[in-house]
Order: sequence, then structure tokens, then C-alpha cells
Amino acid sequence: MEFFRIRKDIPFMRHALVFNVISLITFLLAVFFLASRGLHLSVEFTGGTLIEVGYSQAPDLQQIRKQLEVDGFTDTQVQNFGSSRDVLIRVPLSKGAESSKVGDQVRASLEKVGTGGTVSGTAFELKRVEFVGPQVGKELAEDGALALLLVVIGIMLYLAMRFEWRFALSAIIANMHDVVIILGFFAFFQWEFSLPVLAAVLAVLGYSVNESVVVFDRVRETFKKRRGMTTPEVLNHAITSTISRTIITHGSTQMMVTSMLIFGGPALHYFALALTIGILFGIYSSVLVASPLVMWMGVSREQFIQPKVEKQEAVV
Amino acid sequence: MNRYPLWKNATVLIALVLGLLYTLPNFFGEAPAVQVASVKSTHKVDAKLMAQVEEVLKSASITPQGIVLDLTSIRVRLADTDSQIKAKDVIEKALNPVAADASYSVALNLVSDSPNWLTGMHALPMYLGLDLRGGVHFLLQVDMKGALTKRLDSTGADLRSLLRDKNIRHSGITRDGQSVTIRFRDAETREKALVYLIDNQPDLQLVEAQDGENLKLVATLKPEAQKRIQAFAVKQNITTLHNRINELGVAEPVIQQQGADRIVVQLPGVQDTAKAKDILGRTATLEVRMVDDEASANPDIIERAARGQPPPGTEYFVERGGSPLLVKKQVVLTGERLTDAQPGFDSQTQEPAVHLSLDSAGARIFKDVTRESVGKRMAIVLIEKGKGEVVTAPVIRTEIGGGRVQISGRMSTVEANDVALLLRAGSLAAPMEIIEERTVGPSLGADNIAKGFSSTQWGFIAIAVFMSAYYLLFGVVSVFALSANLLFLIALLSLLQATLTLPGIAAVALTLGMAIDANVLINERIREELRGGNSPQAAITAGYERAWATILDSNITTLIAGVALLIFGSGPVRGFAVVHCLGILTSIFSSVVVSRALVNLIYGSRRKLASVSIGQVWKPGV
Repeated sequence: MEFFRIRKDIPFMRHALVFNVISLITFLLAVFFLASRGLHLSVEFTGGTLIEVGYSQAPDLQQIRKQLEVDGFTDTQVQNFGSSRDVLIRVPLSKGAESSKVGDQVRASLEKVGTGGTVSGTAFELKRVEFVGPQVGKELAEDGALALLLVVIGIMLYLAMRFEWRFALSAIIANMHDVVIILGFFAFFQWEFSLPVLAAVLAVLGYSVNESVVVFDRVRETFKKRRGMTTPEVLNHAITSTISRTIITHGSTQMMVTSMLIFGGPALHYFALALTIGILFGIYSSVLVASPLVMWMGVSREQFIQPKVEKQEAVV
Repeated sequence: MNRYPLWKNATVLIALVLGLLYTLPNFFGEAPAVQVASVKSTHKVDAKLMAQVEEVLKSASITPQGIVLDLTSIRVRLADTDSQIKAKDVIEKALNPVAADASYSVALNLVSDSPNWLTGMHALPMYLGLDLRGGVHFLLQVDMKGALTKRLDSTGADLRSLLRDKNIRHSGITRDGQSVTIRFRDAETREKALVYLIDNQPDLQLVEAQDGENLKLVATLKPEAQKRIQAFAVKQNITTLHNRINELGVAEPVIQQQGADRIVVQLPGVQDTAKAKDILGRTATLEVRMVDDEASANPDIIERAARGQPPPGTEYFVERGGSPLLVKKQVVLTGERLTDAQPGFDSQTQEPAVHLSLDSAGARIFKDVTRESVGKRMAIVLIEKGKGEVVTAPVIRTEIGGGRVQISGRMSTVEANDVALLLRAGSLAAPMEIIEERTVGPSLGADNIAKGFSSTQWGFIAIAVFMSAYYLLFGVVSVFALSANLLFLIALLSLLQATLTLPGIAAVALTLGMAIDANVLINERIREELRGGNSPQAAITAGYERAWATILDSNITTLIAGVALLIFGSGPVRGFAVVHCLGILTSIFSSVVVSRALVNLIYGSRRKLASVSIGQVWKPGV
């Protein structure tokens, strides 16, 4: 089998402007949704209590809500999680009250639903209780931002060392915009942004820089090997000769992620979703956004040849 | 010609064998077991105890599958959960004849069912996190300011007794916030006290001060002493938690310091979270204080105090099952002076009681106080979760020496047991607050394992099918390399005993999905070289060599992201990051070295190789 039978280098750079405009629009939309809707942060970041309850029969959520309200829990969210028999209850942090007790109080409250209401007493089991105090949530958010910063700086330094500052800068711009777009999706659909999602976002950042590295590697090699090609031609050649690998690699990774999406259950759902978006936009941005950026920043053959010449002079 | 030198082939082979060995324990599953550990330092876990356990089981006609003794515990492996519970009961009864005064903790546990020769070479199954095996996780924040306040309270009592011993007269010692003030009538006495205290209280910073007519000495804790006290408070709290959890009977609890002022507690397998939290969260400490008898006898003052305006220097309490009273804020004695607490009965009234033993300093203070206050009332205040309760406020009839004190007063036997347990398990040096809690039921844990496993499985199968179809033999080699990668990763995780969590399983899947990239790069390169007209052998060499730089670059950038997550991640993110980083390292080895070894083995020795099985190589213009 051979999927990609390409006779000539595809003139990607001719459409560079179009690619960048598309990506700029997506980026701006993502920023807009982030600003207007904000992220739906999980309990880990906001602080509060999260309780997952498994019932033997599908319960009436309305009744649970009512009972919780009667017992003084205002502003709680009650929703199904995964299946109609699993219920997720979120209780925000409340001032003054002993927040670490909320889990036990909710359990007591749920027991009342079974006995007093019209629903016949269905057995339930507390599957999971998570309580996060306010100070922890704040720290997690800060640590997340710091981790992102460290990744960006680390990758830029490495690329600048191995390649050239132009490559470093354009790779990071292209991939940061992936991150913003993933966040934009989470803001638009109000999907829950939890710690595993953060991990996925950072993993995607490392992964799609990968993609730029593979293309840039080719660019460097082509500049060194072939004389007489213009910069856009070199870029076209590099992208064309790696496109087969790009698609197959991402396809394989996506197979794994899709499997997680299907079999991983609700706990891995958003994690896999963030990866999916990251992988799809990763291909696009690291190939079709990063390369034009390098071109516009004025990358040229001399930047790869010069150091060698200098060295020789020094020896002589 | 593509041949690896012998040492390279040997390395690959050894790595594969080791990988297989250390992955093996994960397939054996776990067997029910009973774990016996010592709660008291005086009771050692040794061969003698093991023989005793064996004897006990024999007499109850339970045949264990095996008994293992390690440094801190004895583990009895049993055939099924029924005999496990039965065994636990008989061992418990035999080792701890008095339930309230347990010397050993006997807990239900699971042990690996792998053969002993594997366990002997430290090949253990992966260590599953709480989200996979079920249990409770707490993060506790130690109140450092509270630790200092507590220390100052007991310092006040010490100062009082020191000055009394030296016959230095003062007109009152009080704690105001983070300092202790001693008042004097004349400068001469103050001078004497200052000289004496500087020698005897090296932790205190003493400053002379004047407040109108009053001459004062203000004592504060020196910064280095503060630091020491705070560090000690965290350690003391960890010890206390250890003791309490031992009494709960949990197998393999994790109690660790995190950062300067936090403690992580993980109790695998614990289901009754309310009980666990209750025992952990109970910050019972004992204080002995004097009752302000005059004020307590005055109904006006009591009424005002009940409305929240007690006279200065006193606190309003209601005695358990009795009348309201005013207790002086001055602390005579704190729980730190306790050496033991046992439940029992009052020898005269037969009421349930708690018998306390004090250390020598405590005994001396107690003797002095009781001698000077015969006929007055003394309040025993039990402080739980920041709220004080006067358990009893007896009238002192005579001087009490010898450091043996009894608290009795309207307690039930259960309450006496509880109070004794809490006091014995040690008081917390500083109050603590639960700032994070995670409880996972066992069914969810098993569910998480199943889901994580099947996602990895199906993803892997999909990739394997595609790679084999697209790259033919080279695809099969890639799949073999990917399996080797999985093998190394699991072996490494088992060997390091790193905690595997659900995000960790996700990271295994993701890492595999990313690791195939290296093989795709190599295979594409080889095809390209073939397309360029190279001979198959040259194409293989060039393909591996040219792809190597790219593989290295791309893995390092991914690794940077992984390390950042490792540094800043906590909880689930850390579990992800550990596996992700390890996976990147193993993937470099397996996708480049292992796959090359296999390719060399297949094609390397053939001199005249006309073609290789890497799928159709399409050439433009043909």
C-alpha cells in the first residue's frame, strides 16, 4: 500500500496567506469564546466538593435537587455522569461551614430522598467523593500556568539551540495557537476543564511541536543538500516529503485516542477529546502555519551554511 | 550488510528478558491476606510472633497459603475471602486480648499471588493508585500559627513553675497573641527573673517593657525556635496520625509530609470514610485549668458570660451534664505532659473513668498546683476541633503527687474508651484542616482499570493491524518494537513501584500512540531511500541513520513537556507525567534499537538482497 503518490512538490506556500488567515480567524474566535464564556473549571481548580453516586436504578434528578435544596445546599449541580444511573453532584465552596464535611452531609441528604420521596428507596453507593479546599485550587491553577510557561521556554530554547531562533519562534507561535484553540473549544461547549485535560493540553503542546520539528529537520536538510531552490520551494519540498509520515503518525495516535474516547468511559472522555482537537489542529498549524511563519521571518540558506564557513576560517 | 555487534544484540536480549521478568508479577493477580504489624515500639514483629500466628491459625483449623515475614509486618496469604475474615478475627483475638489496648494492628490486605522466586528478586506488580484500587486520600494543612500558640501556652505554665521554684515573685503571667507577658512589682525582681530565665529558657527572646506603673517582661519565641517548633509540629502530627491510623487497622497506609506544612494521608481500601475522617480529624487535646470559683458562683456574671461576655481572663463552659462555669484561660497543664491514658473504672463509684499518667515535669506541676489549691475546683478541658468541653471539674481535696490522675464524670464506657484512645494516640502538636479529600469506591476502581485497559488494548490492536497492512514485514517489526516498548514501560513501572493511576493508564495509551511515530519515520525514510534508487541494504542503513536525528529532536521536545508536568503537576497530573516521561525514554530504545536488531536479524546477513517487504514503493514517473 502507498497512500501518497505525489509527483511534484505541492505548492503549499502559494496559499500561505490563506492558511494563516483561516488559523487567525479560528484563533480569534477561540479567544473571543474564552473571554466571553470562560472555562468551565472543574472542582480541582475552583475548590468545592464533587460526589459521584451510583444508583441501582435510574433516580429522579429533580427529586435529588429538591432534597439537597431543602437541606441547605444552594447552587449545587446535579447531573448524570456516563449513564442514567450514575449521578454527579457538585457543591461549590461555602464560607464558614465545615467544607470537608459536605460529602457526609450530602450522603445523609441522599438517603432521605430514598425514604421520604415518591421514588421507592433505591440503593445507592458513593463511588467517589472529591473535596478540594480553596487554597489548593488556587495553587493548582498557578502551577498549571507555570508548567505551561516552562514548556514554552524549554521548547523554544531547545529549538533555538538545535535549529535557529526563527524556527523556535514560529513553532511556538503555531503550537500556542493550538493550545488556545483547544481552550476555545472547551469554553464554547462549556466542557469541564479538569487536571487531566490540562495534562492533555500540555502533552499536545509537546506532541505538535514534534510535528514542526520533523518538517524543520527536512527544511534544514534540503537547504544543505540542494542548491538553487528558493526558500518557498524548499519549504514545499520539505512538507511534501514528510506529509505521508505526518498523516500516518497522527492517524495512529488518533486511533489510540479514539479508542480512549470509545472505551475509556466518562473519566477519560474530556482528556481524549482535548487530545483529538489537539491532534487535528496540531497537524494543520505545525505544518501550514509554522512553515509560512518561518518563511516570512526570512529564513534562508545562508543561515545554515555560514557557521561551517566560519569554523573553517578559524582553523586556517 | 546490516549486522549488530554481539554486545548490542545481547543488550536487546537482556533488556527483553528483564522486561518480561518484571512484567510477569502483574499477571498473577492478588490473593486475600491478613497483615499483622506492631503498633507499639516495645512489641516487635519477629519469627516468634510468626510462630504464634501459625499456631493460632492451626488451632482454628485454617490453613494459610503462605506466611511471609518482612521488616515491619507478617502477611498471611489465604485461599479465599471467607477464611481471610475468619483468620483476621482469630489472630486479632489472640494477639490483642484487650481490644482497647491493642499492641498489634491486624488488617485485611491483598498480596501479590506471584511465585516466591519472583518476589525474591523484587519483581512486584505495579503499585496501583487510589483511583484504581479504591480508598481515601486526604491532604491536611497544619496550622503553624496554632503550633506556636500552643507552645506559648505551655511555656506560660513552665515560666510560672520556674519562677515559683526560684521564689521570684511576679504579679501575673499571661499570653497575648504571640507573646507571653510576665508582670513584676519592682525592677529588682524583674532583673533577677530576666537573668534567671535567659539561662533557663534559651528559646525565648525576653524584652523589658513598662506599661504605666507595671513593669513587664515580654517573652517571644526566637525565630529559629519558631522554625524548629513548626518543623517539629509537622513531625509530631505525622507520628500522631500514624498511631491513630494503626488503631484503625489499615494495611499499607501512606502518611507523608508534602511541602513545609502539609501532610498527605492515603488509606487504600478504606470504605468507611466518615470513620476515617473522624479519627484523623479529631484533634483531641487535654488541658488542665483552674475554675474561677468566685465568678462562677455569681449568677449575674454567669448570665453575662453565657451571652458571650465573660470576665477578662476567663472562658465560659458548661460542664458535661452539669452546670455552667467560668474557667481561667491560664493553662496549668497540657496534653503534652501525658505519657499514657487508659480507660477503666473509678475504684469507689464504679463510674467509667480514664486513668492518666503524667511525665515527671507534669507530675511536679500537678503536685504544686493541687497543693496550693486545696478546696478549689480544677477543670479538665478536652478540646476537639477547636471547641473545648469541660469533661469534669472536681474539687481538689488533697495534694496529688506521683503523676497519676483520674478523670471521671458522667462518661459512658464507650466515651471513656474513645477519650483514652485519642489521648493515648498522642495529641496533635498543631491543629490540622483537611484541604483536599478524594474517596474512590472499590467498584469504580475496578471499573477504571477495565476501561483504561480496554482503551489501550483496542488502540494497540488498531495500530498493529494498520501498521502490518501498510508496511508489511517492516510493519510487523514496528509492532514488535511497540510491544517491547509496552513491556519495558510496565516492567519499569513495576520495578520503580511508581503509582499507577487512571491518567497514568491514559499516558500508557497515549505514549504508545506517539511512539509509533519513530517507526513511521524510519519506515518512510527507508521507502524514500528505495525510491531514490538505493539498494535495500543501503536503504535500511540510511533510513535508520537519517531518521535518528529527527526522532531524537521530536522526543526531546515531548520530554520537555513531560518534565514540566512532572515538576509542577500534583495528583492526577503527576501520575500522567511519570508514565509519559518513562514512556518517551523506553520508546526511543525500543523503536530504534530493538526494531533495528530485529530487521538486522531478518535481512542483515543476506548478501544479495533484491527487495525488502516494506509495502509498495511507488516511484514517480513509472
